[in-house]
Amino acid sequence: MKPAPFAYVRAETLDDVFRVLDERGDGARVLAGGQSLVATLNMRLSAPEVLVDIGRVAGLAGIEDAGDTLRIGAMTRHVEVETSELAAAHTPLLASAMPHVAHPAIRNRGTFGGSIAFADPAAELPACAVALGARMTIAGRGGSRTVDADSFFRGLYETAVGPGEVLTAVEVPKIAAGWRSGFMELARRHGDYAIIGLAAHVQVDGGRFGGGRLVFFGAGDRPVSATRSAALLEGEAWSDALAARIADELKEELDPFEDLNADAAMRRHLAGVLVGRTLAPLAAG
Amino acid sequence: MQTNVDITLRVNGAAVSRRVEARMNLVDFLREELGLTGSHVGCEHGVCGACTVRVDGRIARGCLMVAAQADGAEVWTIEGLSDTGELRALKDAFVERNALQCGYCTPGMLLTAAELLERRPDAGRAEIRRFLSGNYCRCTGYEAIVDAVEMARGR
Ligand SMILES: Cc1cc2nc3c(=O)[nH]c(=O)nc-3n(C[C@H](O)[C@H](O)[C@H](O)COP(=O)(O)OP(=O)(O)OC[C@H]3O[C@@H](n4cnc5c(N)ncnc54)[C@H](O)[C@@H]3O)c2cc1C
Ligand code: FES
Ligand code: FES
Repeated sequence: MKPAPFAYVRAETLDDVFRVLDERGDGARVLAGGQSLVATLNMRLSAPEVLVDIGRVAGLAGIEDAGDTLRIGAMTRHVEVETSELAAAHTPLLASAMPHVAHPAIRNRGTFGGSIAFADPAAELPACAVALGARMTIAGRGGSRTVDADSFFRGLYETAVGPGEVLTAVEVPKIAAGWRSGFMELARRHGDYAIIGLAAHVQVDGGRFGGGRLVFFGAGDRPVSATRSAALLEGEAWSDALAARIADELKEELDPFEDLNADAAMRRHLAGVLVGRTLAPLAAG
Repeated sequence: MQTNVDITLRVNGAAVSRRVEARMNLVDFLREELGLTGSHVGCEHGVCGACTVRVDGRIARGCLMVAAQADGAEVWTIEGLSDTGELRALKDAFVERNALQCGYCTPGMLLTAAELLERRPDAGRAEIRRFLSGNYCRCTGYEAIVDAVEMARGR
């Protein structure tokens, strides 16, 4: 067998989860969809003592219309978001990102909360969460608290979810009038983690940009909101000159990593390419 | 705490109960405990799709689930779906278009293609390619596989 031995607890309630996390501390790991965790177990990159399966905990799955936001339960599978009419109507950024999150078989099992909690620097959903100003609900024995996406992602695979805690839901603001979303990524194979990608959420009025966010993934140790580059948009109409100014600013602002897919210079260059391809249609349409 | 887990599930329509190690992957359970060797094992970390099975009506990576997670589930493999005849049109098309050589990827390709045709019966070539993106084939170069799925779509 590939993984090292571990114990398995099928939690029925959040209290079951907290109990195991408290008892076993670092030795315990939450098992959601397993689409990242089981791969690392198979390769023995991690060897927890016990997995706490949260797949059957009531109330953790589903997408709910909560007024100004959509509340997406942590155990909501990627495929549910991909095919959700609520998501398509109110969070077009998520709807356009979902088909890029892994492959169909993985989207059938992997969860929204798992992607956010795992916080892979090249993952789509953390960047979307930052672009949209989502809020994460984290629960522990003592109750629950809410953390803004901006302060949720703390570093490489590091989040605000503390010991003994579980991410239970993500509140994603609905798109407001006058705002537009654009999403694009470059990957070797459709569905693989991106070399670099962009989640853009901007105000457009009469062909001119207002405020907004340009959030890159695969560009640092966590989602990177390029605030100086985004500021160049304000009050401007789309033009080749503007595209060039933003591309130049991105070369200063981004400090991407290097890996087998691309060096840092190539990622900086591709960031500018993505801005051009993503924003031009937003300004026009 | 238990490193062994009792599971009860349905596999290809029949009830199965077993005690398994918690660390046993679903695909290894199917192959080694139940002798259903039609689901293949390639990369064992979710990249190649050779291990694709159907769990509760949807395709899943057999190497990215532990068998314990399949407790209570309805699992179908290439063996069962061949017996029911559900894959007939796809299989015939794969043969007609030469969409396999060694056959290692084929069970996974068939289960994935079947889900595509069920969810998006009007899928064009680009969509077929995107949906099959998670399934590697090291023999055919994919063109014949896309041809076969396109052909089966019309039947
Ligand atoms: C071949 C392949 C390609 C992939 N490509 C992409 C891609 O392009 N983009 C992408 O975003 N993802 C990709 N993934 C990963 C996939 O999206 C996973 O589903 C996701 O990263 C994790 O979700 P999960 O529910 O499977 O979590 P699990 O694998 O169960 O857990 C992952 C980690 O998060 C923790 N965790 C999970 N849920 C919670 C929670 N609610 N509270 C606290 N901690 C929690 C677990 O303890 C574990 O450490 C890919 C995976 C594979 C195998
Ligand atoms: S063996 Fe499961 S995806 Fe390769
Ligand atoms: S036919 Fe050999 S891997 Fe696809």
